Amino acid sequence: MAYMIKESSCTGCSACQSECPNNAIFEKNFSFFVDPAKCTECIGFFEEAQCAAICPMPKTCIINPDLPRFAAAV
Amino acid sequence: MGLGTRKTVEQLVVMQPSFSGGGEAGCASKSGSGKSSCGSAAGQGDLSPEVWAKVKNHPCYSEEAHHHYARMHVAVAPACNIQCNYCNRKYDCSNESRPGVVSERLSPELAARKVLAVASNIPQMTVLGIAGPGDPLANPDRTFRTFELVTKTAPDIKLCLSTNGLMLPDYIDKIQALNIDHVTITINMIDPEIGAKIYPWIFYNKKRYEGVEAAQILSERQLLGLEMLTARGILCKVNSVMIPGVNDRHLVNVNQAVKSRGAFLHNIMPLISAPEHGTVFGLAGLRGPTAQELKALQDSCEGEIKMMRHCRQCRADAVGLLGEDRSNEFTTEKVKEMEVRYDIELRQAYQEEVEKRRAAVVAARNAELKTLADCDSAISILIAVASKGGGRINEHFGHAKEFQVYEISTSGVKFVGHRRVDNYCQGGFGEEESLETVIRAINDCVAVFMSRIGNCPREGLLRAGIEPVDRFALEYIEQSTIAYFREYLERVRSGEIQHIQRGDAEIRQGALVAS
Repeated sequence: MAYMIKESSCTGCSACQSECPNNAIFEKNFSFFVDPAKCTECIGFFEEAQCAAICPMPKTCIINPDLPRFAAAV
Repeated sequence: MGLGTRKTVEQLVVMQPSFSGGGEAGCASKSGSGKSSCGSAAGQGDLSPEVWAKVKNHPCYSEEAHHHYARMHVAVAPACNIQCNYCNRKYDCSNESRPGVVSERLSPELAARKVLAVASNIPQMTVLGIAGPGDPLANPDRTFRTFELVTKTAPDIKLCLSTNGLMLPDYIDKIQALNIDHVTITINMIDPEIGAKIYPWIFYNKKRYEGVEAAQILSERQLLGLEMLTARGILCKVNSVMIPGVNDRHLVNVNQAVKSRGAFLHNIMPLISAPEHGTVFGLAGLRGPTAQELKALQDSCEGEIKMMRHCRQCRADAVGLLGEDRSNEFTTEKVKEMEVRYDIELRQAYQEEVEKRRAAVVAARNAELKTLADCDSAISILIAVASKGGGRINEHFGHAKEFQVYEISTSGVKFVGHRRVDNYCQGGFGEEESLETVIRAINDCVAVFMSRIGNCPREGLLRAGIEPVDRFALEYIEQSTIAYFREYLERVRSGEIQHIQRGDAEIRQGALVAS
């Protein structure tokens, strides 16, 4: 249902937070996390997920494999 | 804002390492002719009075000022909107000194407090820059809020920002409204094909662009931003990273392009690419330029535009004179507890003292230069100098973390660079190896000036063909280098020594030990 941020590779730069159209990203202990209840994978807003598009680290903002995809994506 | 007892100018002078050496302010002409005319105008050169007023106390915009005035960066801008192959955002070592690296992120409120704390303790700190660790204009709210807070309490501090330029055209009005009159843009290419090798992607208009398309957009935005700044009379410096084999020859074209668009200063810096930093270039084994390669490129670009050669490629949270880093004295913890009393009058009184000392340095140089008037020689030499600041030879050889390099010929003396010689933060270098490191770093120099030196390094330097010189201890750098050069020419003429062109030198890549 959502994107997630891999804590081990998050640099804590905050770039994703201000780009998220759903205000789904929050900070905890210098790392950033996605609230899956708010994330829409940017569907209906932008062509690509904004967190993944601006994140400086490869494969860090990724689809959460443990959750079902956002309804509109299925 | 806590209350505290007011310090005097004298107390502040004692607190500054750069004031060590020499005693009194004012005229201190010693070696040479003694014809110094005290108080002669300092380095205005061909600048208009308006531009001179903007740059004269700015350590990054004026080489002369950088011996006397300090700057600070606050790390309020962590987000970035482009990826550069020479940058790794995951890396942070507290002992590391290079752009894009910081130890802690600050809120605008804490940053403003830190600025006031530093300004109260280092009264020659005249410039606040925001340079990252990401891009200031990818964090516009935090960046401009910080400037607003600082300006309210400390209107005498000059504001600067350093950006990749992608968002610059959108913020020109804001920059002008806040009276930010120094902006640096990092421009590494004007050819998108070359840009594609430096920038894997950019994030623009809610979309990630890659390859040539990304570089094309970035380049257009950078040059547009530069033109807009010039049109508003905002001074603009262009930084370029020299990446051998990628953009080294191309930087001559970049130089032309930024010159024609009104850039004030061009700063070509060496690539930092130690593999342990984990950057794309570092991991791919790309090397930085040698000292000679860098200087040759800078020399070929020098002309209608000034070239900056005193850049220390400092961190996004650096504090102090360019060659020093006092950020450890101003950590968040310390700043929170520090007594902060912003005393603009005291700062001005202190800066008047600095100006007297600065005028004395210039007067001594100009007087000494006259003694070269009837010398006729094609010889030019490089001299390395150990200095703590203030334009004096006031550092012990063994304590020097860097050497300033001056080029001297019959046409005058010019600062042409600096060489870092600090140990790697991984530590473990013996004395012998340290000396080898220093020799490699200043191998293109004929002599090295210092306040003192031990016997072992003295002999090692002599073996390497570099003359250690401590007889100018605590004297002015430029005046002393000219005096040495005059004697050097005489020694060559009399046959006592032979002038040989020195070899190349190494630019250090490792981390700076901040202590």
